[in-house]
Amino acid sequence: MIELKFHISGGDFDTAGTASSETKKILKQLNIDSKVIKRTVVALYEGEVNIAAHAWKGEVAVTVKDHQIVALLKDEGPGIADINMAMLEGFSTASPKVREMGFGAGMGLPNMKKNADLLEVESTPGVGTTVRMSFDF
Amino acid sequence: MKIEKIIPLLKAKIVCGERRINDEICNVFSSDLMSDVLTLDSENILLLTGLANVQTIRTAEMAEIHYIVFVRNKKATEEIIQLAEEHEMVILESPFSMFKASGILYANGLNPLF
Ligand SMILES: Nc1ncnc2c1ncn2[C@@H]1O[C@H](COP(=O)(O)OP(=O)(O)OP(=O)(O)O)[C@@H](O)[C@H]1O
Ligand SMILES: [Mg+2]
Repeated sequence: MIELKFHISGGDFDTAGTASSETKKILKQLNIDSKVIKRTVVALYEGEVNIAAHAWKGEVAVTVKDHQIVALLKDEGPGIADINMAMLEGFSTASPKVREMGFGAGMGLPNMKKNADLLEVESTPGVGTTVRMSFDF
Repeated sequence: MKIEKIIPLLKAKIVCGERRINDEICNVFSSDLMSDVLTLDSENILLLTGLANVQTIRTAEMAEIHYIVFVRNKKATEEIIQLAEEHEMVILESPFSMFKASGILYANGLNPLF
C-alpha cells in the first residue's frame, strides 16, 4: 500500500495540478493499467482544480491498494450549499478569474462521477468540503 | 496526417517537440474550455485552443493529449514550454483564428471527435 499526500492552495492556478501530475508519475511506475490511470488522474485533477477555484486550502491523500486507488480531497472553504445541484452538468458558481483559466463550465463534478467507481461528497457551508473517490482495477 | 504537414497548413511555428514531427494525427478537437477537454475519451488527438496557460498543459497531461496548437498568435511561455517538454508534447503556434485553423484541418481530411 502506498500513500501520497499533497497540499493545495486556494486561488493558486500556477501550481494546481501538481498533485495529479505526481500521482500520475507514481501510478505509471507501479505499472497500473493506462485506462485506470487516466480515469484516476482526470478525476483527481478536477477535484484539485475545484479546491484551487472554489476553496481556501485543502489536503489531498491518494492511497494505492492492490486493486483500488482511493483519493480523499479535504478542503477548508465556503462549502457547497446544495450538493445535488452542484452535481448537475452546467451548474457553476466559478468566478470570472476561474473562467478565464478555462474552467467554470459546471462539468467537473459530473466528470468525476463518470470517471470514478465511487464518488462521495460531503460539505458543510462555511466550513469546507470532503470528496472521496475510488477507482477499482 | 503528419505534424510536419500540419505546420505549413496552419502557417505555424513549432515551439517544442520537434522530435515528434513525423507523428500521425487523425482526430482534432477545438476548445478553450478545459472542463470540456477533460471529458474526452479519445486519445492521440490534436487540440486547437486559444487558451495558453499552464493549466492547458496540465489538462493535456491528464487527458493524454500530446499535440497542441495555440491559435490567434497566443504564445507559449517559458513555463509552458518547459512543462510541455517534460511530458513530450508537441506545441505549435498559429496566427490563424480557431475557426480558420479548424476549417483548414477539416478541409484537409482530419476528423472531428463528434
Ligand atoms: N471544493 C469545493 N468547495 C466549494 N464549492 C465547490 C467545490 N467543488 C465544487 N463546488 C461547487 O460546485 C459547483 C460545481 O462544481 P463543478 O466542478 O461541477 O463545476 P465548476 O468547478 O464550476 O466548473 P468546471 O469543473 O467545469 O471547471 C462549483 O461551481 C461550486 O459552486
Ligand atoms: Mg470544477
